[in-house]
Amino acid sequence: MVKKIGKNVYLALILIFLYAPIATLVVLSFNASKSRAKWGGFTFEWYAKMFANEDIMSALVNTLVIAFVSALVATVVGTMACIAMNRMKKLPRTILMGITNIPMLNADIVTGISLMLLFIALKFSLGFVSVLFAHITFNLPYVVLSVMPKIRQTNKNTYEAALDLGASHFYAFRKVIFPDIFPGILSGFLMAFTMSLDDFVITHFTKGPGVDTLSTKIYTEVRKGIKPEMYALSTLLFMSVLILLIIVNRRSAGKKDISPETSK
Amino acid sequence: MKRNGKLLAAPYTLWMVAFIVIPLFFILFYGFTDNDFNVTLGSIAQISKPVNLKALWLSIELSLISTVLCLFLAYPLAMILKGKGRSSSSFIVLIFILPMWMNFLLRTFAWQTLLDKNGVINTVLSAVGLPKQNIINTPSAIILGMVYNFLPFMVLPIYNVLVKIDDNVLNAARDLGANEVQTFVKVTLPLSLPGIISGITMVFVPALTTFVISDILGGGKILLLGNVIEQEFQIMNWHTGSGLSIVLMIFIFVSMLITAKYDKEGEGSLW
Amino acid sequence: MKKITALLLLLVVATGVFGGCGKKADLYIYNWGEYMDKDVLKIFEEETGLKVKYDEFDTNETMYPKVATGAVKYDVVCPSDYMIQRMREEDLLAEIDFNNIPNIQYIGEQYLQSSREFDPENKYSVPYCWGTVGILYNKTMVDEPIDSWSVLFDEKYQDNILMQKSVRDAYCVALKYLGYSLNSTNDAELDAATKLLKDQKASGVVQAYVVDEVRDKMIGDSAAIGVIYSGEAIYTKRENPNLEYVVPKEGSNVWIDSWVIPKNAEHKENAEKFINFLCRPDIALKNFEYITYSTPNTEAQKLIEDEDIRNSKVAFPDPEVLERCETFKYLGEEYDAKYNSLWKEVLGE
Repeated sequence: MVKKIGKNVYLALILIFLYAPIATLVVLSFNASKSRAKWGGFTFEWYAKMFANEDIMSALVNTLVIAFVSALVATVVGTMACIAMNRMKKLPRTILMGITNIPMLNADIVTGISLMLLFIALKFSLGFVSVLFAHITFNLPYVVLSVMPKIRQTNKNTYEAALDLGASHFYAFRKVIFPDIFPGILSGFLMAFTMSLDDFVITHFTKGPGVDTLSTKIYTEVRKGIKPEMYALSTLLFMSVLILLIIVNRRSAGKKDISPETSK
Repeated sequence: MKRNGKLLAAPYTLWMVAFIVIPLFFILFYGFTDNDFNVTLGSIAQISKPVNLKALWLSIELSLISTVLCLFLAYPLAMILKGKGRSSSSFIVLIFILPMWMNFLLRTFAWQTLLDKNGVINTVLSAVGLPKQNIINTPSAIILGMVYNFLPFMVLPIYNVLVKIDDNVLNAARDLGANEVQTFVKVTLPLSLPGIISGITMVFVPALTTFVISDILGGGKILLLGNVIEQEFQIMNWHTGSGLSIVLMIFIFVSMLITAKYDKEGEGSLW
Repeated sequence: MKKITALLLLLVVATGVFGGCGKKADLYIYNWGEYMDKDVLKIFEEETGLKVKYDEFDTNETMYPKVATGAVKYDVVCPSDYMIQRMREEDLLAEIDFNNIPNIQYIGEQYLQSSREFDPENKYSVPYCWGTVGILYNKTMVDEPIDSWSVLFDEKYQDNILMQKSVRDAYCVALKYLGYSLNSTNDAELDAATKLLKDQKASGVVQAYVVDEVRDKMIGDSAAIGVIYSGEAIYTKRENPNLEYVVPKEGSNVWIDSWVIPKNAEHKENAEKFINFLCRPDIALKNFEYITYSTPNTEAQKLIEDEDIRNSKVAFPDPEVLERCETFKYLGEEYDAKYNSLWKEVLGE
């Protein structure tokens, strides 16, 4: 009993730690004063103004499109690579994993600058596409590192057993391996999506004129004080994901109402 | 079949060579040359300048502390999450990713508002009669920022490995007379090592190389190696910046060799 | 599994709808953050039918590599004096065709005069904003009249002082306090200034080295004293009436930010159209009211409705204040590097 309370208290403390800054930002989005250091009363003004702000809206669109496309490409390419790597001999696998680790090991700024140098050398004009390529590049290792431990934990024997029993490679993969590694793939995709959403440094160096993501937009606003519309937008984005999760969770909990473990 | 399987890695290999390996040669090229493009070790030797050396040590110190803190916070957390069972835990895991949907720059900025001299935390503290804390613009604030930003990267890999551990293995250990501590030390911990290793990788590296967190929460008073490199690039000193980046990469590489050693041991028990 | 599919589907819907961004524009602008009323851009687009792309930077030093490497081709950029000099010397700027900028007549002669320090024949730049560097202080948190840089080194103000993070501004404070030129290339003077800044940091009076964050921190009473540009004084005082701005008696920096056209610009004529547009008094006024940085547009100055601001000594200081101020000059590659490495030592201390 005491142990259980202890666990819940611990969980609660961590949640407070993770959510205190977010609560702060939410509160600031209702602050009538433009300065973050002063409370000027409660207002919905910024929520109304936000939609009229073309800069913020186009930055939002860019951010989401880049995050989604780059995460999707990275997940497909990365998972394929993991499957192949698991079957490779040790040396080529080690080399590929070594390359995978480079962007993880490297300072973002170095990755960003090196990509910028490459794009300039290739006379590839910096813009939306260069940012997208850069994001795919740094998303790939997140997928590989999420999927790889899962793949390593799969049992080769069950897969081979499936083959022996007459399953095709694809069928055996889909039925035997895929369910096992799916949590890894999903967490890889989500990780890639969120990393892309969150990236500033690499975008900063690979972006061209007029192409802004929310990060680079925020960065330019940082020095002068963030515009309250930005708090409003972030709050809205955050809240919609939160509500989505709650709905999804409710529905799956509702379905299992008959089973005994639902009350949790 | 084998050949087929390996071809799946082709797009990945091509992509990584084009966008990781080749660009890296640009950095090596700049790092090993001077302003007139003569080959030299001078750019790398810049690390021996006291200010750079100090930044390097401070980076290592702060990122080590943050990584250890993250590990100690994350492991019990992952255990608790595992204990919560499958249905609710997938929700809880998403709760840890959810904060990342608020932009990282914004979240880190929010800590400024929280930690400021007249910030939220100090207002609360003085309201209940406790002394004010001056954390903002100190190394502690940077550590806090690192732990805050990178904690999910420690929790998720450990959790992913922990849920994979078969309860029967744990029960078997108990049946054989091991107490909870023994079960943890002899069974759970070794089995979760791959998760720990990838967690350490995912926390230590960004912590070691960050410049944004130290910039925002350090008040510009504290230079980490990331800040130094960023400044060098900003003033177009690509050769020095690249040289220092190479030093940074060497340090990361060495630390990876150390973790890879443990990884191998962990791998042995897994395969 | 279902919920995951649902989540993915939602993401697809949320993001898949969009796409195909990145239309070509007719004019690429690169300006300081929060340095223009966005309505001005809209009016320009409506009047000319040109499509504008607008980007922002935070210091001259971040802007420079973007333009210098040619990675990004901007048509019109707004650097400060010494950076303009550097870009001109490095042949990065195009000559402006002043036949296309008749509205230059509204820019006060004295500003064109001072522009000649970095643009000797007024061929490459058109002044946009100008101001001084000074001390912003909170009347309730200091107990003496503030008129000297010396307060920044007074141990009484433990953890209460905000210094500027950009190298030239930081050295401006130290060099001026010591009675030297802020363009000093004398090694002994630079060492003395460096020592002063190091001692200041070691004594613990500096709360943070920041750029424009000074604004929010001063408004929120987080610090007693900050080094800031005059243009911020009107805004911060409006938000927090306890704040006062002063140009110290030892002298300071007077600066001009001007529009220039990079050599690699692809829409030079549109850039000139835009500069001319910005020089129109009604537009200059609109901008001034939004950003509160002093305008060199003398016609616009006359149009300012708020009498206090029109006669503000902060926005439009007396000549004797300006007499003790200097403009920054680009000091050449050698001393540019020297300043940077000394400043790094201070920050890394």
